[in-house]
Amino acid sequence: MICRLAKAERRIQSAKAATLAGIDSTNHSEITLMYEQLETAESSDNLRRVAVDPVTRVEGHGKVTLLLDADNHVRQARLHIVEFRGFERFIQGRPYWELPVLVQRLCGICPVSHHLAAAKAIDQLVGVDPENLPPAADKLRRLLHFGQVLQSHSLHFFNLASPDLLFGFDSDVAKRNIIGILQEYPDIGLQGVKMRKYGQEVIRMVSGKRIHGTCAIAGGMNKSLSREERDYLLEDIGQILKWAEQAVALIKKVHCSNLPYYDQFATIRSHYLGLVKSSGALELYHGGIRARDRQGGIILDHQDYCRYNEIIHEQVKSWTYMKFPYLLSLGSEQGWYRVGPLARVNICDRIDTPKAEAARQDFKAHGDEPMIHSTLATHWARLIEVLHCAESIQGLLHDPDVLSQDLLLQGEKRCEGIGVIEAPRGTLFHHYQIDENDIVTKANLIVSTTSNNQAMNESVRQVAATYLDGRELTEPLLNHLEVAIRAYDPCLSCATHALGKMPLQLELVDASGRVIDRLVRESDGMLQRSLADA
Amino acid sequence: MSKTISIDGRQVEFVDGQTIMEAAAAAGVYIPHLCHHPDFTPHGSCKLCTVKVNGRNCSACTFPAQEGQEVLNETDELREDRRMITQMLFVEGNHFCPSCEKSGNCQLQAVAYYLQMLDDHFPLFFASRELDASHPEVMIDHDRCIFCTLCVRASHLDGKEVFAISGRGINKHLIVNSPSGKLQDSALEAGDRAVDICPTGAILRKGIGYRVPIGKRIFDLKKIDAVSLAEQGGAHGE
Ligand code: SF4
Ligand code: FES
Repeated sequence: MICRLAKAERRIQSAKAATLAGIDSTNHSEITLMYEQLETAESSDNLRRVAVDPVTRVEGHGKVTLLLDADNHVRQARLHIVEFRGFERFIQGRPYWELPVLVQRLCGICPVSHHLAAAKAIDQLVGVDPENLPPAADKLRRLLHFGQVLQSHSLHFFNLASPDLLFGFDSDVAKRNIIGILQEYPDIGLQGVKMRKYGQEVIRMVSGKRIHGTCAIAGGMNKSLSREERDYLLEDIGQILKWAEQAVALIKKVHCSNLPYYDQFATIRSHYLGLVKSSGALELYHGGIRARDRQGGIILDHQDYCRYNEIIHEQVKSWTYMKFPYLLSLGSEQGWYRVGPLARVNICDRIDTPKAEAARQDFKAHGDEPMIHSTLATHWARLIEVLHCAESIQGLLHDPDVLSQDLLLQGEKRCEGIGVIEAPRGTLFHHYQIDENDIVTKANLIVSTTSNNQAMNESVRQVAATYLDGRELTEPLLNHLEVAIRAYDPCLSCATHALGKMPLQLELVDASGRVIDRLVRESDGMLQRSLADA
Repeated sequence: MSKTISIDGRQVEFVDGQTIMEAAAAAGVYIPHLCHHPDFTPHGSCKLCTVKVNGRNCSACTFPAQEGQEVLNETDELREDRRMITQMLFVEGNHFCPSCEKSGNCQLQAVAYYLQMLDDHFPLFFASRELDASHPEVMIDHDRCIFCTLCVRASHLDGKEVFAISGRGINKHLIVNSPSGKLQDSALEAGDRAVDICPTGAILRKGIGYRVPIGKRIFDLKKIDAVSLAEQGGAHGE
């Protein structure tokens, strides 16, 4: 009921927004960046610079910079991400069979995704295409991947996102973290912890270690599940499935109880890209590339990812190290797209597991357009995927193939291999070339967060224009920027938002570069204002 | 009547001609070592097997056992010395256990665990050493060579003399006996003993890394002091 009322209201809003932005609703090539004018200010004279610059760990470094004029009007907003620099260089000169183990070490957040994408690529180097991989190896890799997505999504929702969603974006910063959740909503907090742990146990059983296992090798896997390992995982899967269903119900309630707000916050109307099964169903491990436009029209479908170079290009911008991928057929202006849970649930025709499929239909029905564009709906889509993972894990554990010892195949050597996978955060491309001595000579990676670069920037600009413009900056307002970024669960989120305790530093800089004000959020969540130039 | 030495107070029998290492091994006493292997002439270069014999430091792998010797093996002082030697071996090369395919089957790593080495202690040398992947079946990652000469001795037994150690001190390096200096032009063949003898991940068979799952590797199953000498030599991932 709430949903329906709010829907009508939101329809009017989105129609307004579309008119404002001059969106043509019939042609998918006409997609407009509504806040593009904020990407680069006309002139930076007399503008103050605000940097939201979290101190990060090793995975990446993200910061938001705002340029404000004398009346606090936002004139420019940018999200900068520096990550994986030197990555491709680092693995050159190493033998190809080290790749799955080497690359997973370079990302502490979703090591399994890199492990599997690299494994798929090196399968090709030993002459094994995905359809020829022994069924047991294929299923064990899928099991591993479902475990990974389950734990990554659970961590993100329960630990990183739920404090914003359950307490409010501008709630007390001291409470807005997982500790607060555990105190106020102990059941939900504990379920999150246990679901994550279960995903990690799946990873441990399949790969030998909770993080950084070594199971996927060129042409297959190095172990299957023992009966004991299988039975151990079966013990809890029923409970996990139940909790996953409850989590979907929870996010639906949160979303729908504030529908107009949730549907417009940081929302952008984009194209979507991801892998799908040949049947068009949701796929996380292996499939063809599909892209849909913002009305749901097919831009491309079932494309072989080994030809990704003919489909996607990457644009370089002077102000960030992060590239901007786009669909070649639509050009760099129109061709940007989103990847990840929202994209996957949007582009697929259905989900092959019944509970997740019912949840998907419910999700799609809440909107009044063929595609759901709400950025915050990404949380909802993410939990639908959690449900799908739980159902799929249950199915695979009952499949005798996961106990099989027929795990390895070798064929004719090749010098080029491409592996693509749907990582928790979206489509992940690994592309390698080796020389006749088995040594890596070239590597190209497009990580999921890169694909969402344009979209995250557009969401940041939308939030800056909507909520921050003309106002004195406070921590809750700045948190709105982070809520927008966090919805994408970018790779840097771990570094910037681990338990909401990372120190944040905001600086106001005048046009000459002088720091005139500084706002520091300490690791205990306390805010301190310190005048600069001291 | 058999002859005995005492190791840490325990009476250990030996026969004439045995080294302290051999006598200890026969009695099931573990003396940490890296360059020693029962099948090859002792070399005495790594010094990890240093024990105190009647108060003096000796290499157990080369020192002959003699009636009545008082040998100290597991003392705090020796353990500390051995740990330092291992740390030096680590910093001298480039040993990245997390991604190394020999991890779990590597004697250097296993010895470091045994000696409870928790850090490098010394500054890393960041040695710049080349990888030789020219041979179709075998690869040398010079980063991981600890100059134990086991491959040199094994290749000698293979009747090929493919390997040698050249240079001294910091310039010491493993060289390959071929016109180009590359492995592909040498006489090395996949069936050679020298291919599987390396105690670290310096000489490897290509394309089979990581085939043994975590939990099933040699030193996942037993600590190095419980693995027989023969099992340790040529410990590989297959
Ligand atoms: S390559 Fe291996 S066996 Fe040969 S000297 Fe170096 S560490 Fe010893
Ligand atoms: S084992 Fe005796 S010196 Fe190396």
